[in-house]
This record gives sequence, C-alpha cells and structure tokens, in this order.
Amino acid sequence: MLEPIHVSLASLNITTLAPMLIAIVGALVILGIDLVKEGLHKSFYVMVSLLFLLLDLGSVIDFGNIFLKNGPILGMFDMMLIDGLAILGQIIIVVGSMLFIPLALTSKRFHEYNYPEYFSLFLFMIAGFQFMVATDNLILIFVGLETASLALYALIALHNRSKSFEAAVKYFTMGALAAGFFAFGSMIFYAITGSIEINQIASVLAADHYANIGYVLVAVSFLLAAFGFKLSMVPFHTWTPDVYEGSSAALAGYMSIVPKIAGFIVAMRLFEFLVHSGVVWLQVVLYIAVVITMTASNIWAMVQTDVKRMLAYSSISHAGFVMAAILIGTTQSNTALFLYWALFSFTNLGAFTMLWVSRQKNLLPGQSSDHPYEKFAGLVKTMPMAAIMMALFMLSLAGIPPFGLFWGKIYIIASAVTGGYTVLALIMALNSAIAAYYYLKLIVFMFMKEPVTGYEKYYFTNASLSLKTIIGIAAIGTIFAVFAVNPLLKVITLFVYNSGY
Amino acid sequence: MQEHILSILIFFPALAAMLGFIVHKDSARAYGITVAAIEFFLSLWLWNLYDPMTSGMQFMEKAPLVAAFGINYLVGIDGISLFIIILSTFFTMIGIASLTETRRVKDLIITLLFLEMTMVGVFAALDAIVFYVFWELSLIPMLYIIGAWGGPLRIYASIKFFLYTFTGSLVMLVGMLFMAYFYYQATGQWSFSILEWYRLILPENFQLWLFAAFFVGFAIKVPMFPFHTWLPYAHGQAPTIGSVILAAILLKMGTYAFVRFSLPLFPDAAVFFMFPIAILAIIMIVYTAMVAYAQEDIKQVVAYSSVSHMGVIILGTFALNVEGISGSVFLMIAHGVVSGALFLLVGVIYDRRHTKLMSEFGGLASVMPRYATIFGIMMMASVGMPLTINFVGEFLSLLGFYKQSHAFTLVAGTAIIVGAIYMLSAYKKMFFGNVTKDENKNLKDVNRTELLALVPLVIITIWLGVYPKPVLEPISNSVESIVQLMHDKAQTKEAQARIPDLANQGAMNSQQETH
Repeated sequence: MLEPIHVSLASLNITTLAPMLIAIVGALVILGIDLVKEGLHKSFYVMVSLLFLLLDLGSVIDFGNIFLKNGPILGMFDMMLIDGLAILGQIIIVVGSMLFIPLALTSKRFHEYNYPEYFSLFLFMIAGFQFMVATDNLILIFVGLETASLALYALIALHNRSKSFEAAVKYFTMGALAAGFFAFGSMIFYAITGSIEINQIASVLAADHYANIGYVLVAVSFLLAAFGFKLSMVPFHTWTPDVYEGSSAALAGYMSIVPKIAGFIVAMRLFEFLVHSGVVWLQVVLYIAVVITMTASNIWAMVQTDVKRMLAYSSISHAGFVMAAILIGTTQSNTALFLYWALFSFTNLGAFTMLWVSRQKNLLPGQSSDHPYEKFAGLVKTMPMAAIMMALFMLSLAGIPPFGLFWGKIYIIASAVTGGYTVLALIMALNSAIAAYYYLKLIVFMFMKEPVTGYEKYYFTNASLSLKTIIGIAAIGTIFAVFAVNPLLKVITLFVYNSGY
Repeated sequence: MQEHILSILIFFPALAAMLGFIVHKDSARAYGITVAAIEFFLSLWLWNLYDPMTSGMQFMEKAPLVAAFGINYLVGIDGISLFIIILSTFFTMIGIASLTETRRVKDLIITLLFLEMTMVGVFAALDAIVFYVFWELSLIPMLYIIGAWGGPLRIYASIKFFLYTFTGSLVMLVGMLFMAYFYYQATGQWSFSILEWYRLILPENFQLWLFAAFFVGFAIKVPMFPFHTWLPYAHGQAPTIGSVILAAILLKMGTYAFVRFSLPLFPDAAVFFMFPIAILAIIMIVYTAMVAYAQEDIKQVVAYSSVSHMGVIILGTFALNVEGISGSVFLMIAHGVVSGALFLLVGVIYDRRHTKLMSEFGGLASVMPRYATIFGIMMMASVGMPLTINFVGEFLSLLGFYKQSHAFTLVAGTAIIVGAIYMLSAYKKMFFGNVTKDENKNLKDVNRTELLALVPLVIITIWLGVYPKPVLEPISNSVESIVQLMHDKAQTKEAQARIPDLANQGAMNSQQETH
C-alpha cells in the first residue's frame, strides 16, 4: 500500500515556470487564432510573438531581481533552478529571439512565414531552450534540448528548398546521435551516483573521492560528444556549414547565437565541477578540443567561397573561443563568456541580416551558392552604406577595436591570463590574426574590387523598414559597445558570482 | 577648451570625416584641406600652450570607459609625443594639399581624415587599451588606401601589411593584459594606465617575456629586420599619399612605442636586449642600404633608405641615455619630414611620367631645375649632411650609443656614410647626364600646388637643422625624466651601470662647480 504523497502547492513554487509558460501559451494562442481566422498577414504573427517574448523577458527580469535579493530559486521538486546563469541565459535567449523574429518581415514573400505554425514552433523552441538553462536536472535538460531541437529542425525544413530539407535531415540525424550520447552519459552518471541532478552528482562524486573514475570518464566522454555536436565543436562540427547553408540566412544567424548559449550554460554547469575536481583527463581533452576547434575552423573558413559558409565556420571558431572560457573556469572567465556572447549576438545578427536582405530567389547562371564573395564585389561603389555596414560587422567579428567583439575578446584573453593559461591566451590571440584574413577577404571584395554585373539588382531587394532597423540596431550595438561593456560587466559578474560559478 | 584640447585634436578630424560624407565630391578636396589646416593650427596652438620646462605629462584628460576592468580614456602629451602629433597633422595637411589622385577623391579624403584621428590618438593615448584601439584602427584606413588606390599588386600588398601588423599587435595585446594582471596582483586593482604601470617594478624574467611580447608588435610596425618584408610591398603598391603617411608617421608608431612602453616599463630587459637589438638595427642599416642600391625603381630606393634610417632611430633609442633617446625622438621627426618629402617628390615625377624606373629618366636637372634642387636638398638631408634636420638626430643617436659601445657605433656610422652612395648614385642616374628619353624633354617643372607642399618641408629641414633647440629642448626634458625613471627602477647591476643616474650626476656636476 503506497503512502499518499502530500505536496503543498506553495512548495512547488509554480511561478518558476512562468517564463516558459508564457512562451508556450503564446505558441498555443497563435495556433488558436489560426483555427478561428486564417490568412492573417505575417506581420500580425511577428508582433504577437514579439509581445509574448516581451512578457517572457519581463518575467525573467523579475526573477533576476528576486535572485539578487534572495539567491537561487528552486521549484517543482527542485527540478527548476533559477540562478544567475539561468537568468542571464534566458535574457540572451529571449532578447536574441526578439531581435531575430522581425527578420520575417521581408519585403519579398517567403513560403515559411505564411504558416502560423512557423511562429508557434518558434515560441515552443524558445520555451525548450529556457527549460534547458533553468535546471540542473539532466532529464529536464534533455527534454528541453529535444523540444527545442525538434522545433528547430522543422523551422529549417520550412524554408522549402531542397537544400533546406537536406539541412534539416542532416541536423536531425546528428541531433539524434547527440541525444543518444547525452542519454548514455546521463545514465552512467545516474548509475554511479544515484542522482540526475548535477549538484548532487558533484557532491556524491566528491564524497567518495572519485572512486569510480573509469565510469566518470566514460560518462564525461559521452556528454562531451553530445555537447560537441550541439555546440559544433571540431570534430563534431561537420553538419554546421551545410545546415547553415541550407537554412535561411535569418535562421542561420539565429542558430549561431541562441541554441549555442543554451548549450554553453549546460556545459558550464556540467564541466565546471569536473574541471575543478581535478579530472585532469577532462582538462586535457577540453584544452585540445578548444584549440582544435578554434584553429581548424579558422583554416577551413579561409578557403570557403561562400560568405554564409565562411560565417558558419567563423561561428564554430567563436564557439571554440568561448569554450575556452569554460575550460578556464574562473568567475572572470564565466563572466567573459556571457559578455562575449552578448556582444557577439549583436554583431552576428548584423552580419547575417546583411546576407538576408540580399537573398536572391533564383541563382544566376554559373553561381553555385547563395552568397558567393563575388556577389559583394565592389559594393562600395554601388551601395556605399551597405558596404560600410557589412565592413563594420566583419571588423567587429575580427576583433578590431573599438568595435563590439574586441571587448569580449580581450576579456576572455585576460581571463586566460589570470587563470594561468598563458599559452592558451597566445593561441587565442594568434587565432584572431588568422581569422582576420577571411573577414578581410570580404572587405577586400567589397572595397577593392570592381562590381560583378548581374548581382546588383539583388542588393537590399529583401530589405524592409524593419530589417533596416534591425541592421541599424546591430550597428549601433557594435559601434558603441564600449559604453555598454562596463554596465554589462557589472551585472554579469554579480549574477555569475552569486550563482557560485 | 584648453583642458580638452587633446580630445578636440583627436576627434575633430573624425567628426569632420563624418560630415564629409555630405560634402559634394567636387568640393571634397577643398574640404579636406580646410579641415586638415584647422587641425594643424590646433596642434600648433597646442605647442604654444605647452610648457617646455615641465617634463611630465600635460593636458591630461581622464574619463572612465570600462571602470570594472580598469580601462579609462586617458590622454596626455609630453615633449616626446607633442612633436610627433604636430608632424602627423602637418603631413595630413601637406598630403591632402598635394593630392593628385582623381579616382574617388571624396572617399580618399574621408579615409585620410579618419587616419588622422587614429594617428593623433596613438601618440596622445596614455592608457594601453586606448593606445591599442587607435593603433589597430590606424590599419584600416591604410589598408583601404593601399588596397583601393594602389598599383597592380595592391590587394596582396594591403593584406600583407594588415596581417603582419595585426598579428604582431595581438601578441602585444596579450603582453598588455599580462601587465594589467601584474598590476592587479600588486595593487588589487585593474589598470591599463601607462603612468601607473611605470610604478611597477617587475622581476627580471617577467620583464624579458613581456619585453619580447611588446617587441613583436613594435618591431613589425617599425619595421625591424627581419620583419620588414611587408614594407617594400606596401610602399611599392601604395599611392603617393599612402607612402607619405606610412613612412612619415605610421612607422613612427613603432619607435615611439619603444620609448613609451618598452624602455620605462622594462629597463632591465631593455639593457639585456640592448646589444641583440643593436645588432639587428645595424643589420637593418647595412642590409637595407645594400638592397636599396640594387633597386631600379626610385620609390623602392626611397623605401629601403627609409627602413635603413629607421635602424638609426632604433639604435639611438636603445642607447638608453638622454642623448641617444632624444636624438632618436628628434630623428623620428626628421625622418618623417625627409622621407615624407622624398615620397612626395617621387609622386611628382610619377604623375608626369607614370613610371618610377630610374632608367627611364636621366638629365632631369636641365629640364626640371626647381625639382632637381628640392630633390637634391632632401637627398642631402636624407644622407645626413650637417646643417640639415637628419644630421642632428643621427649625430645625437650615434653619440648616445657611442657611450655604450664604441665598436657598434663605428660600424653603424660607417654604414650610414656608405649608405650615402646609393642615394647619390640614384640622384646621378635621374638628374645628371644627358636627357636620353624624348618623353623627358618637355616635362613641366614643379607647379605652384606642389611647391606649396614642398617648400615648407625644405624650410623645416634647414631651419631645424641649423637651430634644433625649440624642438630638441622639450624632447630632452621629457626624455630625462624617462631615463631617470629607468635608472630608479633598474635592478640588475648591469642596468644600473648602463642607464645613467641623472639626479646624482647633476648633484656631482654642481659639486664640481662649487669647488
């Protein structure tokens, strides 16, 4: 005879679910509206999504205030964990989504935006990512990850070109493999510690002084592979360029920001205690993975002929750069990770939007991909402002001061210096020099070559006022980043430090 | 306004450049000259306000940028930076005034004005990160100038220029972050202020590493042998204005940074590396002079000779005494004036003939007498003839190094004299003899616009050659305080012996006088 379980509603602390529930309700509302009235214009759905995301953001910020007063908030049988990382992660996720969703407001019609399902999937995906970062329960992380990923596969495929289907299937296959790895890794941890909460796993492992080190290593290898896929670290990165190429530029830009920050936060929760527990093997493997990810992807990026593929490899390299922060594992480096990603999202948003506004529906004869370098040749002569904007984003990605990413870059390198990783700091610096080459290549094409005829009618064909506004916001965020760094640094340090990372 | 004059000097050209987008392209050149002239007179006014008797920083301004990480907008000048700033504004003005480029002049003017901001910014910055920001930012306008207005190999040359310098400066950036970290360890606070770094006394082995990190950044910029390979390409492909600015000012950033960072921050390491660097400098003087002799292109001759003289600047800097460092700072100005003028002169003939090969010329002295005269004066200045501006700087640099090592100075001095050969032979090939080519018979002599740009340079060359005191005195006042700082910080016996102790020396001198 089982004892009836008594749970008081107050102890559940259901409000911890509020941010995700807002997104989910938003998705359901969109589906509901579609039942009642069909054929609404996409701008309606964009604005409705935007409103729900605003509410979402408001509730996250509310939690931020509570966190600063009372410390981490637990809820739902301790499944939910709203600490500083969760709040920062959710802010980046939601703000990133808010900046990307208006990219649907193109002046040309695109197939996918006619479906309200697109927007509801988008909101489901955000809810998934929010679950992923707001817990340290491996099962909930898994559920969040899969919710978000499945929605994302569908979003990619909705772009309705043969390359998009290819991309979606490729991503799905790789994602399924990663999910398998993740499940295996979690299972082994459960087997040796009897828990699926990262906190408890850490304390159990520490209590028996890593007696089962062999099993721990196996579990860590599985999890590392899973995150390798999700964060596109070399050698698990092979899907990235193809998937980016197949999806619309807007979605590719989104994929380079939001899913990754969710992955980074989970990786931070998981690897932090392992790196600090003195599992040297993990440190070494992570070190090698970080260096190879940064360097190899930089070298691949150099030989690309398509700007979008180049940006795909560059985002792999940036991910490697940021993984270094997790490897270093100090409060400063974790702060640097968030600072870097916040600044990166603005710049990358701008870069991908610039590709998105010059999206062409049909390829020219002899053109093999959507955005070959030649397309941008001599842009300064045909559209000087566009060329300057694009150059600005490229310079920022290359880490040229005083533009956005430079500040993230020096803060990560500084954290490597203070963390005692001198060689890593040098490798990071030299990698920035390699990276400068391929970003410069685009600038060279734009500023120093003659225009190639045929492409000129595609520049900015896709631009509407809202897209231009987004580019403007990204440019302002990139140029004036220096004034935002200090307040960001203060807030992020506060949140990260109070979460014990 | 006086307390913000440096900020005005830094940001006025950038603001003007932004507004320049609106100016119609036919008026762009006039606009550029006006802005550059205002900027130049502002910098002269700065000189007027400058107190030459004070050796420390003046016109300091400070505003927090990233307070949590110790990054401040901190600018200020002393006698060392003052004249390089004036040189920058002067050459921007002269460069724009003598512009003969016809393709997309407006873009070029705007780019030059942005470049001017970065140049003034580098020399005025007293915060390492602000310095780094301007240092890196200066690459972009130059990349564009070489890449868009250059010769056939311009893209290769511009990217080579960019990547070389960028790689070096990233290593330097890691060094800067280390410095800030040491400061943090010592005081519990982050700071990138150079003046606060000056107070740190680092253990010798740290000094060696950091010196090396900074050295990579600076040496590529100078460019020191064997990092100089980007320069001939850059000069060979750059348009006249690009070469002028590059040779006159951008290269000085490297030598200036040695004086501002490497010497006072790492005195022991500076002494440790003194002779290796001196050897590199001498190789640079001799080797590039030999290469210059083998060139057929007059622009390459000027380019290599400019590298060769940069070697003398390095040698003077690493003499580590007041004579050497003051001489090298003075030589930076002199080298800027002279090599800038030579590149302008090459540009004059290139505009007329569209070739830079010396074999195409000959006997120009009879066709273009005024041109030949100005070229002659500048060439004499370049080889360091007494009563020209270069002589003062070279003499003091060598005198300074003579106090450290007789043998090295002797080799360097001989090399400079022998170096005169290539210049004289180039001059002979171009100007003397008979006019061999028909195209050269009807060449027009320098016109009024060109004279307007060249004559001031000639005047400065001779004026400061005869009477260098107004410039030299503020320089050596500031250099004295740096040398004293180095002596006070020196820990190793050798460093204490090599770097003179000015305070006690002065006391000894006055004692002798009283006896």
